[in-house]
Amino acid sequence: MYKTLWLVPALPMLGFLILVFARLTKNQVAMVGVGSVALSTMVAAAIGWSFIASPPVGSTYVQPLWSWVDTGAFQAVMGLRLDSLSLLMILVVTFVGFLIHLYSTEYMAGDPGYARFFAYMNLFMASMLTLVLADNLVFLYIGWEGVGLCSFLLIGFWYSERKNARAAMKAFLITRIGDTAFAVGLFLLYFHFGTLNIQSILDAAPAILPAGSMLAWIAPALLLGGAVGKSAQTPLQTWLPDAMAGPTPVSALIHAATMVTAGVYLIARTHTLFTGAPWVQFAVAVIGAVTLLIAATSALTQRDLKRALAYSTISQIGYMFLALGVGAWSAAMFHFATHAFFKALLFLAAGAIINAAHHEQDMFKMGGLYKKIPFIFWVFFIGAACLAAIPFVTSGFYSKDAILQMVWSSSKGGLILWLCGVVGAFITAVYSFRMVLLVFFGKPQTQTAYRPGPAVKIALGVLAFFSLGFGYIQLPEIIANVQFFSHFLERTLPAFWGSVPNHAVEWALLIFVSLVTIAGVGVAARVYYQEPALPARLLENRYAAAIHNFWEEGWGFDAFYTRFIVNPFLWLVRINSGDVVNVLYWLIEFLSERINILLSHTQTGKTRTYAAVMVGGAVITIGLLVLL
Amino acid sequence: MATVPMEHGLILAATLFALGLVGLLSRRNIIFMLMCVEIMLNAAALAFVTGGARWGHADGQIMIIFILTMAAAEVSVGLALILRLYNSLKTMNSDAVSGMRG
Repeated sequence: MYKTLWLVPALPMLGFLILVFARLTKNQVAMVGVGSVALSTMVAAAIGWSFIASPPVGSTYVQPLWSWVDTGAFQAVMGLRLDSLSLLMILVVTFVGFLIHLYSTEYMAGDPGYARFFAYMNLFMASMLTLVLADNLVFLYIGWEGVGLCSFLLIGFWYSERKNARAAMKAFLITRIGDTAFAVGLFLLYFHFGTLNIQSILDAAPAILPAGSMLAWIAPALLLGGAVGKSAQTPLQTWLPDAMAGPTPVSALIHAATMVTAGVYLIARTHTLFTGAPWVQFAVAVIGAVTLLIAATSALTQRDLKRALAYSTISQIGYMFLALGVGAWSAAMFHFATHAFFKALLFLAAGAIINAAHHEQDMFKMGGLYKKIPFIFWVFFIGAACLAAIPFVTSGFYSKDAILQMVWSSSKGGLILWLCGVVGAFITAVYSFRMVLLVFFGKPQTQTAYRPGPAVKIALGVLAFFSLGFGYIQLPEIIANVQFFSHFLERTLPAFWGSVPNHAVEWALLIFVSLVTIAGVGVAARVYYQEPALPARLLENRYAAAIHNFWEEGWGFDAFYTRFIVNPFLWLVRINSGDVVNVLYWLIEFLSERINILLSHTQTGKTRTYAAVMVGGAVITIGLLVLL
Repeated sequence: MATVPMEHGLILAATLFALGLVGLLSRRNIIFMLMCVEIMLNAAALAFVTGGARWGHADGQIMIIFILTMAAAEVSVGLALILRLYNSLKTMNSDAVSGMRG
């Protein structure tokens, strides 16, 4: 069974090649585009089944594919590595990816770039699956760049609009900053380890990177740079809200469920390097905490539905970073999985909402859609409830609770990080229900005849089911002893180690966080349902308005970068438009031209002059020879 | 057979060479310039013969044959060029043919 592992990334790649080179009708495009991912999902599911039923030796299966570079000293064997971490990733990526592809067959039906869209999406799936299955960092990096490329292509999918092309460029350039750090990290690791095989590096890390040495923290810090760029964490988060310029299924697949969590995966994959560098791991937690607060407050003030969801994605990935930073590896991956389901659900539902509202994305111009599209309302409501972590019934609650419990009890966490998480949870609850209430309740402002078709309904229904149900495979010990998920992951990742569990404290934390969440929902209901005029009244206050604008602009990061990086650079470009180095070559050209003019005066065209000069030259030469 | 001293031969050669050179530099008619070049060539040939006679060597006379061959070739090419020149410019004045000046 495991022998078929290579098919998982290969099938979407095949789909991509067929879509690129064959001329197909619309139905055939959908068949190939969705079919390749569906087959890949089935293979992944079958592998997952046999992994659980009869795990391979050491819970790890390595499939060498081919030797890419083989020079005595340097060997790069491209191989796939299946363990519980990569298995979880491929299951989530293929399954959510399949549902999003299915949804896209209907959502993109009227688009002239139908085949191009599915080709890019298939390429993305192939790259993402390569990324998570790679057993060495070079292979992983290829997938890493591949998903970056697809992200660029799909954000700029409607490239004829300047705004979209700019957003694509921005995403590509900003993630490139992180990717450069990542690449430097790879060089450094290769230089010291002599290999880029992930498992060899992790095994040799304690010996080669002694704790406290300079190298021990530089290497993970560089990897963290790559993760921060890809996962849109502070300070490189500004590209993600603009990335919403792409089609909505793209936002769901790439910029919510899968690609942006590649950074989380990278840190979990190379966890030994991070545990060897406590300060870097602490930085991961701090970045997560800061990001989740910044993004949550920004999400709270957005008018655009998709931008609000984008900020909430940044914020939720912040939670994952926070969990990684305190050593709660499996909690981070658990939140990744639940987030993939409910955020894909929210984005896909948002796509349907935007269709229903005649391509209006401003939430304040929607309102009252509850009666018009009840199915979409219910699935969006479920998604928002998971995002807000409504206690006991949603998967988001269990994953977020696991993170907060571990932040509290971890020796690397602490009260301040925990408080950041709790405040974030409160704001998350407020903005989740702000979206629901603004879009579906209040005065109807648009007429719509939109009815979701079967593909959209199936995709949304399945995602809603998993958003609610997925949490039950990992419950807090105090509720029920269901620890399937963490036991599964602990075959690969180290178990969480915190202070001695105390049931009373755990109950207290759980109830406190639940109350905070419910209070957040209550605030949203009061402000956006009972007194719809309240937000406008609040904004009349000068200070409130200033804070609102500050948050809405994403805490001024964009303005700061424009002012201090982009504009100075453009200024340099302008003054250097003549190219300083070129002056040297211009000078050479100028001198040779002058000398040429000077010498061409001797070219009189008179034979006798030439003869006379020749004679003169001969006389002087012979004279010198004779005299000297 | 009375021998001619080497100095005489060389002086004659030098005189001939100087005459040819002066003619080359002062004449404008291109045919005369060609003839002056011939004189200079022959002056050089004479210097070779004189040297050969002085050292009792055949090399000097061999050089003459080379020079004659070369002179014949030069004249044939030169005259052909002069004909073409006259055909197109209707002049023999070498100074008039300065279309290639810089």
